[in-house]
Amino acid sequence: MNVNRRGFIKLTAAGLAASGMGALGFGHVGEALASSVRAFKLAAAKETRNTCTYCSVACGILIYSMGDRAKNAHSNIIHIEGDPDHPVNRGTLCPKGSALLDIVHAPTRLTAPRYRAAGAGEFKEVSWDFALDRIARLMKDDRDKNFIAKNKEGVTVNRWTSVGMLAASASSSETAFLTWKVARSLGMVVFDNQARV
Amino acid sequence: MTNTWQDIKNANVVIVMGGNAAEAHPCGFKWVIEAKIENGAKLVVVDPRFTRTASVADLYAPIRPGTDIAFLSGLIRYLLEKDKIQHDYVRAFTNAGLIAKEEFGFQDGLFTGYNEETHSYDKSSWDYELDDQGFAKVDDTWQHPRCVINLLRKHVDRYTPEMVSRITGTPQDKFLQVCELLATTSEPDKALTSLFALGWTQHSIGAQNIRTMAMVQLLLGNIGVAGGGMNALRGHSNIQGLTDIGLLSNQMPGYMTLPSDKEATFNDYMKTRQFTPLRPGQISYWQNYRKFFVSFQKSIYGKAASAENNWAYDWLPKLDLPMYDIIRAFEMMNKGEINGYICQGFNPLQAFPDRGKIRRGLRKLKFLVTMDPLDTETSRFWEDFGPQNPSDAAAIQTEVFQLPTNCFAEENGSLVNSARWLQWHWKAAEPPGQARSDIWIMAGIFRRLKELYQKEGGAFSDALMNLSWNYADPASPDPEELAKEMNGRTLADITDPTTGAATLKAGQLLDSFAQLKDDGTTVSGCWIFTGCFTEKGNQMARRETTDPRDQGIAPGWAWAWPANRRILYNRASADLAGKAWNPKKPIIEWNGERWVGIDVPDMPPTAAPSAGVGPFIMNAEGLGRLFARATMAEGPFPEHYEPLESPAENVLHPKVRSNPAARVFADDRESFGAASDFPYVATTYRLTEHFHYWTKHALINAILQPEEFVEIGEELAKEKGIAQADWVKVSSKRGDVVCKAYVTKRIKPLMVDGKPTHVIGCPIHWGFTGQARKGYGANTLTPSVGDANTQTPEFKAFLVNVAKSNGPEV
Repeated sequence: MNVNRRGFIKLTAAGLAASGMGALGFGHVGEALASSVRAFKLAAAKETRNTCTYCSVACGILIYSMGDRAKNAHSNIIHIEGDPDHPVNRGTLCPKGSALLDIVHAPTRLTAPRYRAAGAGEFKEVSWDFALDRIARLMKDDRDKNFIAKNKEGVTVNRWTSVGMLAASASSSETAFLTWKVARSLGMVVFDNQARV
Repeated sequence: MTNTWQDIKNANVVIVMGGNAAEAHPCGFKWVIEAKIENGAKLVVVDPRFTRTASVADLYAPIRPGTDIAFLSGLIRYLLEKDKIQHDYVRAFTNAGLIAKEEFGFQDGLFTGYNEETHSYDKSSWDYELDDQGFAKVDDTWQHPRCVINLLRKHVDRYTPEMVSRITGTPQDKFLQVCELLATTSEPDKALTSLFALGWTQHSIGAQNIRTMAMVQLLLGNIGVAGGGMNALRGHSNIQGLTDIGLLSNQMPGYMTLPSDKEATFNDYMKTRQFTPLRPGQISYWQNYRKFFVSFQKSIYGKAASAENNWAYDWLPKLDLPMYDIIRAFEMMNKGEINGYICQGFNPLQAFPDRGKIRRGLRKLKFLVTMDPLDTETSRFWEDFGPQNPSDAAAIQTEVFQLPTNCFAEENGSLVNSARWLQWHWKAAEPPGQARSDIWIMAGIFRRLKELYQKEGGAFSDALMNLSWNYADPASPDPEELAKEMNGRTLADITDPTTGAATLKAGQLLDSFAQLKDDGTTVSGCWIFTGCFTEKGNQMARRETTDPRDQGIAPGWAWAWPANRRILYNRASADLAGKAWNPKKPIIEWNGERWVGIDVPDMPPTAAPSAGVGPFIMNAEGLGRLFARATMAEGPFPEHYEPLESPAENVLHPKVRSNPAARVFADDRESFGAASDFPYVATTYRLTEHFHYWTKHALINAILQPEEFVEIGEELAKEKGIAQADWVKVSSKRGDVVCKAYVTKRIKPLMVDGKPTHVIGCPIHWGFTGQARKGYGANTLTPSVGDANTQTPEFKAFLVNVAKSNGPEV
């Protein structure tokens, strides 16, 4: 979008000076009006098209963030509203969608990997390498011990039933496909998502 | 959904039964209001509660939870008796005239072939009688006593209005008013749409609830038409996508299925997936299964999958059970048969039935991994949170990893909505702190495992070692790369059969699944998505708002599977000559040479109506099924069975009370309560202010609905001495919830078989993390049993008791 929605309002005000009012000899009034329109906060924000994360109506949303997406700038989401062009929601949002900003900035958003050792009374922050190395170790040890290559009849079955996985029905299809590949290549069959709940 | 959200506006009658769209899908429900205002549509709501959907209905009928099949079977009986069916449609497009096997029968609540020991059926008699050529026999005059329509007539004959009322508690006059209104849509130019959700799926007979309504829609001629269809209003934003991509125990992408132990070889596997047409000239599109399968195996294993190794068939895990669903997973966990569990954006401690059993299972794990943007209850199950989560952490030996992930606003990718639209979304900001994408985490685990196997060897690892991983950054595959992988490519030039010109060069992205081959020269990770990301670019990112005739199709907005088709079975929107049943709202019509219209035809574009190709192209007979053959666990016709926990006997067949094909684990059966101890029917549901267990983390939503409560009707509250906002204890055989009582006019006692029956409503949204007040969670109460076909838990009908309380014991 070359001109975002909020910018359009300001352009319209400026256009007033050049057109209707100007033609009547009140050009300077139009100019004064245009210059007195304070820039909306959102006018400086980046607009990003997204869809609501909750239900399957999949309402279109516009996310406004500060920061110009330069490598050294950290974008901050400041506002989310319904996408008026979206053919289903046409700009409307429900009580959940209207509050999306609060879930993005929830105080209980997780910010670092945490680990709770056997019998421990609390989580401690750990590095990603620690967490993923340990998870891979635990998975491999269990898989090597419990993997079923052939059943009693000698049929190749290549399944692993002692470690299971639940995938997320709010994750993207791209995430889902990669997850499928990884889980099945390990022989996982205890594998599901929220389709039933 | 067979249709789109906007298409609801074309309906003449809307029935919301098994859902509460006004509160759970508000922005989609808007189209129901549009139908009422612009199309003069009538809204019918059948629900145990007078919901907000009911509050704007033209007709509301109360019903006892778990008795929808009795209601709908009575409706079918009414339609057949009053001859309110769309005859030409039913005759041409359904299996009404096909003849069932002589051995097939139904008696005293059981279909033929029941095995009492295994609680399952030998389904060999549940099929058509075949002629010498292997085609199903048919009697289009419907005179044959065993043609489907006559068997159906006989089957539903028991569901008289009196019987329906006795079972469901719906007053007879209300029931008959619903029948009368729905029957008006049997006119060829009138449409009824069915909107449903978990209110139908979360029952031990959930899949049959939906089938019964689908049969109603076939009889009324409402499938495939504008303003019609069976519209499952799905829950999570990508629940449709995860189903499409097969992240279920027994599934593969594009509704292919994993092999079972009985299918030792690739040939065995393909034998049951031939899908030979059962009527002459039918498409039976699954005949192409081999193309989809080979292209899939080539996609994920690349060169390592070849004709010589049967496309790496052996590398897929085989199943020794129908499926390892979640109810089974927690049964196994409790028995010590599962050591590790990975929860990616899933909070089973809140989401799955019999919370006590879930908690006991998690305690037995050696390790638990959670990946989530939020601090979930599951990741903190081991911690003592007081009465809402009592725990002795020191005694729990589970290692727990809590991995922070990005949320929707912090990634690129696509989600599939309820109407099968793949909509691309864009990243607006970086995730907080060290949070990473699930893609990055899965890649991290995969790469480490691969390295360990390379270094140490170990159990079978060919599939792992050869998994295709052609990403520019192997540590962090790009969502566009993955989308293209699902779309698929050709490995050899594809030429136009008439001109011989190359339409696609080797390596290019495919346009359509019709281009897939079974010789290893095409690859596709999810055949139904082929066309979503082509050489013309990312079709899911399209944002064209044009909508021909304003009919609610919007074909240029994003991309819908299959083949950007917006209304499934749209061939059925036209009559036998190819003219629209409803000339005001045609979808596709035959112009003498081809099918043309506002949507992509669900039919070969040049198949003339005279060729008699049925509109249900995925079915081997090309027809909509009033008789399900052997596809369902509990019978080819729906039958009313009581919930596993019920206050009533099954008055139709007292000896077969509940679903005879339900799988119930012994310890779960022990934990079912009886009406003598738990006299009230309970049902769970969602509030419009909350989404599952997420929004209690969002401040506004936590303020809007801060606290756990149950809804109790005024009559029951009076009987029990419970006043508005009193503390109450709600108990099932599995546990207690202590919360506030909301005394309401919205739930009234129903007269079931002469006895007043009270219903208690249990919203599900509270737990012990987030910003709302702590709650026990409605799943403390619910029974661990699922639908016999899908194992979807029976959250919508169970038994509880209720008493005044002094509040949680601290």
